[in-house]
Amino acid sequence: MEKELRLMKGNEAVAEAAIRAGADGYFGYPITPQSEILEYLMQANPYTTTGMVVLQAESEVAAINMVYGGAACGKKVMTSSSSPGISLKQEGITYIAGAELPCLIVNVVRGGPGLGTIQPAQSDYFQAVKGGGHGDYHLIVLAPASVQEMADFVDLSFELAFKYRNPVMMLSDGAIGQMMEKVWLSPQKERSKTVPEWATTGKPTTRERNIITSLDLDPNAQESFNKKLIDKYNEIREKEVRFEEFQCEDAEYLFVAYGTSARVCQKAVQLCRAAGIKAGLIRPITLFPFPSKRINELADKMKLILSVEMSAGQMVEDVMLSVNGKVPVYHFGRMGGIVTAPDEVVEFLKSKIIGG
Amino acid sequence: MAEATGIKEIIKPENLVYKKTKIMTDNVLSYCPGCGHGTTHRILAEIIDEEGLQSQTIGICPVGCSVLLYNFLDIDWQEAAHGRAPALATAVKRLLPDRFVFTYQGDGDLAAIGTAETIHACNRGENILIIFINNGIYGMTGGQMAPTTLPGMKSSTSPYGRDVKLMGNPLKMTDIVATLPGTYYVTRQSVHTPANVRKTKKAMKKAVQYQKLNKGTCFVEIVSNCPSNWKMTPVESNKWMEENMLPYYPLGDLKVPAEETTQKTINPEKND
Repeated sequence: MEKELRLMKGNEAVAEAAIRAGADGYFGYPITPQSEILEYLMQANPYTTTGMVVLQAESEVAAINMVYGGAACGKKVMTSSSSPGISLKQEGITYIAGAELPCLIVNVVRGGPGLGTIQPAQSDYFQAVKGGGHGDYHLIVLAPASVQEMADFVDLSFELAFKYRNPVMMLSDGAIGQMMEKVWLSPQKERSKTVPEWATTGKPTTRERNIITSLDLDPNAQESFNKKLIDKYNEIREKEVRFEEFQCEDAEYLFVAYGTSARVCQKAVQLCRAAGIKAGLIRPITLFPFPSKRINELADKMKLILSVEMSAGQMVEDVMLSVNGKVPVYHFGRMGGIVTAPDEVVEFLKSKIIGG
Repeated sequence: MAEATGIKEIIKPENLVYKKTKIMTDNVLSYCPGCGHGTTHRILAEIIDEEGLQSQTIGICPVGCSVLLYNFLDIDWQEAAHGRAPALATAVKRLLPDRFVFTYQGDGDLAAIGTAETIHACNRGENILIIFINNGIYGMTGGQMAPTTLPGMKSSTSPYGRDVKLMGNPLKMTDIVATLPGTYYVTRQSVHTPANVRKTKKAMKKAVQYQKLNKGTCFVEIVSNCPSNWKMTPVESNKWMEENMLPYYPLGDLKVPAEETTQKTINPEKND
């Protein structure tokens, strides 16, 4: 089977890719700007073709707990939402992390705090990367920057989720969710028939009962579990860092940006180059694990580094930690649902070059 | 020595009237003496055993006194967040439609923090069994007021008694879910006397068998006691329950399947 070319919204691409990835279940609740995911799946009705369950839950809270239940059966399950809805899901997400269950959570980010706005933003970085829910845990966080990656990262997310028994978040935004681009869709995969050994599917006489829980009342046992999680996160940091570089070879000024801001910065690099400023871009594809090592290496050749994010400055903290004081690090970005313009980025960089 | 020999003579298969159900594990129950949880667990374990459902069953534990329920029954378990058990069960049953899926929840879990999950699972008619233990109090956290605490009843957060003007009225969740088209069988039972234990077993067995029909949610409330937090002896608590809880939460079926014939066919049991 060959790949199929379609013109789709980012949200639609996620939905179609989920069916084709052989997902077993999707549980969602409407919220702008990601409702197309649930709508597309309902329209496609994959239960009649692949057997994929699609259910509109009574709340984001219920939806993420349905994901917990499905994941605990060893199934490939997912949910999606946008910022306020993702806040509601945090309880379930920390339980899923604590029970070491694989799943996919898609966040098509909009501006906040509170109800904020329905326009795109990147102000959920801390929530996605640093925890969001309570307790010591990490999600694996992938940041798609195109409709193509909205599709491709669904399969990748499931792969990583099952490899590490860890929830994966795709941290997208309203721009990528809503914009249309051409996308190559992978052929239909069969739904997996393999049942993981830890899954709760009914206890046969041949094995001990399986218990999926995040509870351990014994402090020593709980600490051992915390240490086990740290080992897992360190392994992920070691093996799963993904990033992309754009004109970094001879660059003196480095942009760090993910998702929509990375698209903006790609243009900003071109504008800089035309103006005789040697700029480059590193685009983290995984936000956890963060490409700290590479950014630290690149810092050796740079005069300054500019973190560009549609937020008040969240990822910039990880950039600073990566650079570790080698060169000045700045943040620039619009907020409130405004997508940063490339020339604004260039102007900000110029002001820092002159200022510095 | 003579005594020990005597006991050995008595312990013979023909004298055996009661034994541990296969499905119960050897773990020591974490409940206070006289609590209804242990009895209810036993009933559930017996039914899973008698129906041959061990390999088909996925149970969902609540948060509350029965949070460690997964230690006591030898089946596959998922531990839910507080109140979310019906959401987990929904997904499990939809993804594994041939399995027997049940939740076991207390009154705080099911009728306060999990109200939405309970009502919507029942309203969708999820083909699961919900077992609801109602003792009118938050047991594990130390006796706070529950949604089902009776008017005037004292708890650590209603130390002068539940004032319904300030704290609202006890919520009859079972009555509510019985009105929903999605529920198939809704009943309220208790386990405070041997006769009631038998009635509960009969009702729960019916509920388990109805699950196989995939005709909607089965909902079994067990009105129970909490000697520790009611600050009574087990015997006093059962008496108090009978005199105070049962008038407010009367026992019996709230909703029975319309198909009486089906009921007779699949439930030939003659006990009680």
